[in-house]
Amino acid sequence: MVKLTIDGKLIEVQEGTTILEAAAQAGIPVPSLCYLKDINDIGACRVCVVELQGMQRLISACNNVAEEGMVIFTNSPKVRETRRVNVELILSQHDCRCATCVRSGNCTLQKIANDLGIIDLPYHEDISHSKWTAGFPLVRNYEKCIKCMRCVQICDKVQGLNIWDVAGTGSRTTVDVSRNRRIEEADCALCGQCITHCPVGALRERDDTDRVFEALADPEKITVVQIAPAVRAAWGESLGLSREFATVNRLVSALRKMGFDYIFDTDFSADLTIMEEGSEFLERLEEIKSTGLPMFTSCCPGWVRFIKSQYPDMVRQLSTAKSPQQMFGAMTKSYYADLLGVDPEKIYSISVMPCLAKKEECALPTMNSAGAGQDVDVVLTTREIDRMIRAEHIRADLLEEEQFDMPLGVSSGAGVIFGATGGVMEAALRSAYYLVTGKNPDPDAFKSVRGLGGWKEAEFDLAGQKIRVAVASGLGNTRKLMEAIRSGKSSYDFVEIMACPGGCAGGGGQPIHDGEELAGIRGQNLYGLDKVNSLRFSHENPSVQNCYKNYLQKPLSHRAHELLHTDHFGWKMPEEQ
Amino acid sequence: MSRLSIITLNQAQTTVESLYKDLERRIVASPPGLCPVDMAASFLKLCHAQTCGKCVPCRVGLGQLEKLLEDVLDGNATLETIDLIEKTARGISVSADCAIGFQAARMVLEGVQGFRDDYEEHILRGRCTCELSQPVPCVALCPAGVDIPGYVALVSEGRYADAVRLIRKDNPMPLVCGLICEHPCEARCRRNMVDFPVNIRGLKRFAVDHAGEVPVPAPQDDTGKTVAVIGGGPGGLSAAYYLSLMGHKVTIYEQRKKLGGMLRYGIPNYRLPRKSLDAEIETMLSNGVEVKTEVSVGQDMSIIDLRNQYDAVYIAIGAHTDKKIGIEGEDAGNVISAVEMLRKIGDDEMPDFTGKRVLVIGGGNVAMDVARSSVRLGAETVGIVYRRRRVDMTALKEEVDGAAEEGCQVLELQAPVRIEKDEDGNAAALWVKPQLISRVQGGRPKPVDAEEPEKRIPCDLVIVAIGQGIESKSFEKYGIPVKRGVIDALSWSGIKDIPGVFAGGDCVTGPATVIRAIAAGKVAAANIDEYLGYHHVIQSDVEIPAARLADRPACGRVNMEERDAAERVKDFDLVECGMTCEEARQESSRCLRCDHFGYGVFKGGRVDRW
Repeated sequence: MVKLTIDGKLIEVQEGTTILEAAAQAGIPVPSLCYLKDINDIGACRVCVVELQGMQRLISACNNVAEEGMVIFTNSPKVRETRRVNVELILSQHDCRCATCVRSGNCTLQKIANDLGIIDLPYHEDISHSKWTAGFPLVRNYEKCIKCMRCVQICDKVQGLNIWDVAGTGSRTTVDVSRNRRIEEADCALCGQCITHCPVGALRERDDTDRVFEALADPEKITVVQIAPAVRAAWGESLGLSREFATVNRLVSALRKMGFDYIFDTDFSADLTIMEEGSEFLERLEEIKSTGLPMFTSCCPGWVRFIKSQYPDMVRQLSTAKSPQQMFGAMTKSYYADLLGVDPEKIYSISVMPCLAKKEECALPTMNSAGAGQDVDVVLTTREIDRMIRAEHIRADLLEEEQFDMPLGVSSGAGVIFGATGGVMEAALRSAYYLVTGKNPDPDAFKSVRGLGGWKEAEFDLAGQKIRVAVASGLGNTRKLMEAIRSGKSSYDFVEIMACPGGCAGGGGQPIHDGEELAGIRGQNLYGLDKVNSLRFSHENPSVQNCYKNYLQKPLSHRAHELLHTDHFGWKMPEEQ
Repeated sequence: MSRLSIITLNQAQTTVESLYKDLERRIVASPPGLCPVDMAASFLKLCHAQTCGKCVPCRVGLGQLEKLLEDVLDGNATLETIDLIEKTARGISVSADCAIGFQAARMVLEGVQGFRDDYEEHILRGRCTCELSQPVPCVALCPAGVDIPGYVALVSEGRYADAVRLIRKDNPMPLVCGLICEHPCEARCRRNMVDFPVNIRGLKRFAVDHAGEVPVPAPQDDTGKTVAVIGGGPGGLSAAYYLSLMGHKVTIYEQRKKLGGMLRYGIPNYRLPRKSLDAEIETMLSNGVEVKTEVSVGQDMSIIDLRNQYDAVYIAIGAHTDKKIGIEGEDAGNVISAVEMLRKIGDDEMPDFTGKRVLVIGGGNVAMDVARSSVRLGAETVGIVYRRRRVDMTALKEEVDGAAEEGCQVLELQAPVRIEKDEDGNAAALWVKPQLISRVQGGRPKPVDAEEPEKRIPCDLVIVAIGQGIESKSFEKYGIPVKRGVIDALSWSGIKDIPGVFAGGDCVTGPATVIRAIAAGKVAAANIDEYLGYHHVIQSDVEIPAARLADRPACGRVNMEERDAAERVKDFDLVECGMTCEEARQESSRCLRCDHFGYGVFKGGRVDRW
């Protein structure tokens, strides 16, 4: 233990505690801006500077460790003046038109500047302008970037893709796409983790809410919306709702108020995914055992982008099953159009996703199986749907629970847990067990793949056959796993990968809480929903059963292949071209 | 009213004077990789501040040029802007009335022509081609990438053995380098911005001197792979050290009696004591490296034989053949080469120069080595004959000063013309042509013949020290590519189209420094390991002390003291004295810890493993 004095208060902390953490433990929250625990502790913004007795220069609290006998002042006149100057300097290079900023009200810089009572800026405005690629799903606003370097660090240290880097030198140093590439030339997975870790509005998703409002206003269009599993665990956060209150049925209610014609659950197509992917796995099992190479899940488009650019030789190991979003889109414009008896061209298919990569996935040339344009016309992130709710001045706190439309609103608990890391694997194993043995396993038999571990392994017995599985989330962890597979150090039969740490619950399209990682708590929410669902198995979903009986015949049928499977070689990543 | 008065600087001028000093030091410590356009624009601003304001091109033109460069940097320029910059700079350079204007414009002109690509990148893509890739200046400039802030901090804490262990991760010869490294690490030390660079080499020596015996790490599991290393100099030894740590079986082939290469056969004992060298080599080989001395690959066996016998071969034969000056009389009896003389000394065959008048031709470190050795071997006088000025010598300044202190006479601006023989065919005198230092070419003033007549310098012995060449013929004939006299190896030490054969060090770069050879050995070891199908990791488990939180006020640099010249010329014992504990403590505390403060904490502050 180390004893030190902070603002006259004698405190004792563990050895190795930073001054920032020590102060927080003493109930003194030193403001910080660029700091992100364990990821960005580089002392760039100099907002967290404090005075160390006996030293002329101030020190950053975020990356210096508390030492025995230190006497620290977090708010001496010198600190107060310096912190203010530094925030004012940051503001001099920041587009401060907060009224039109997507992060207004959820911006760390705005909060610090406000807290410090900065009203007049004494410095010349010096804002850099650079052009970003219009229309790209990931948007960077150079005018708002404060060069905190968090995006660089997240991409380097957590996702291992090194998309961002410091660019330029001297006073013009900024952050840009690494190696002087433009974003559309880079192998960005579009995971969106840089966005959810940006303290200001310098990074965001392409806003597609206008397109949805237009569709809603068009009397000729039949709007069909699907809600992804992980969205239900997070949508209420930025609307000030409690987790208990923010159920998916209240989100259904909000969407109905906005005027969506049919509101469905992506969990339905998650169940469909299990039927297809589970069957495919059993069909490929012999090949898997003989080659020693696993089948990879394919529902995460960030992961698909990653494997295509980083491990192109392994792409054939991907399941050919489409993601639940795309299965849903294809079924909407075929099966459901038939049920409604309408021309599929009239259907405008919308999805609400915790994800950025989905925006790109729906626009892939291979994702138009129903023959009526894109199977999914537009993808909204959780943040965008929240913005629409606010724009429609809907009192979220007064929403009643309403049911999904039928029949694509029925889903199992297995479909819900798709939104958490390990969920797809668990759901698939539940049904694979049934498909092999004809009996249902205990629904919780495969729960050892749950949890936030970046790389989990398990072995299960499937009717006498050992099945080795692995689950990874976060692309840095994924790279380690892929290297182990490639070098032969690890060998599995079935591998689930999610690009975002913690899976879709921690997705790049989810509400942003600076300094907090909420994938764990959101995932818990989803497991809770699974537990209370009367349906725990995808193959028991009556809507799925009807769908096969009346339309698809059986998993992996010719029609299922046409609508629900895809060719991962049918499009290219930028660096493949 | 007095007719004349003594001019003294007022307060403002004194401040400006000290600013100039700050500026000089700051430029010395400039980080590598800055944007040339930005630097030119910033420099131009300074130049413009110097203008007297009389003539138009300077007063107005420099300002306009600066604005145009800013346009380029801010993305407000087109390709035509480059032409305008060029035209304007040309106009100023030919019409400004004094150097303040024309020299500034010349700088811009050279820039726009020299890095036009970068101008275009700024204009077309709004980006700079430059990146700050390695932020810790000392580590960036050490060819072997030694963790300098790490070991300096360890010295500061008195953890000398840990310092040695940490150095060995990247450089297995801390003892040798502590004594004779040319310390490129100090050149851009950020401490220059405050006062003077940290005496890094001195601190390394201090660590080694006080660490006691530090055993090398145990080797990793035996791989069963074999590697032949040709040449037992610092490069070959370093490669052998790392390869043996990785678990490979290494055999060194050395053509001389003992290992060490130029460290033994080039550098005199008074700079690098044999005992120290022997101790270091013994430590390096303690993981079991086989050594075959007095075997000359190329003569006793061919490179092909070796390649067939081993899984991989590393050629590190160095540069140790002498070069001739090509003047009349060079074949005289008592004209010897520096290489020849130092090689004999390396094998403990001490020549006797008692009473002789010795002339050394050359201005490099080897020339100083032979000159200072000659003094110790009893020479009556030693003259160092050099074509250019003393300040132009390529030898380290402290070597030149050391030679002068020991009584060597530097005969600058004297070009050797011929050697006059006596009746026995021995050199009796060196004839030289006095030189005039003249126009700068390639950044260096070139000497030309002066109008003065040739001079005769009587002598008893001439030692030629004008550089070394590479014995590449015996490799070339077996298909190893040779380009301009050196082995043509790739940046990763491999040789194009010859798998399994690697080369590095002086035989690839031409004569260079010990730390370059060590770095080449390290690179070769890593790539040979990969070639053999492994990816062994070399790392150190030494925990590096957290950066001290303290102000770092300006403080003088502790320089190395030397034994009194009158004493040291009587023997071949080490000239340089180590730091005292007190000095090392202060000197190590001067380190600014660029690994923690500044960019280092963000990117590239530390390479833990390779």
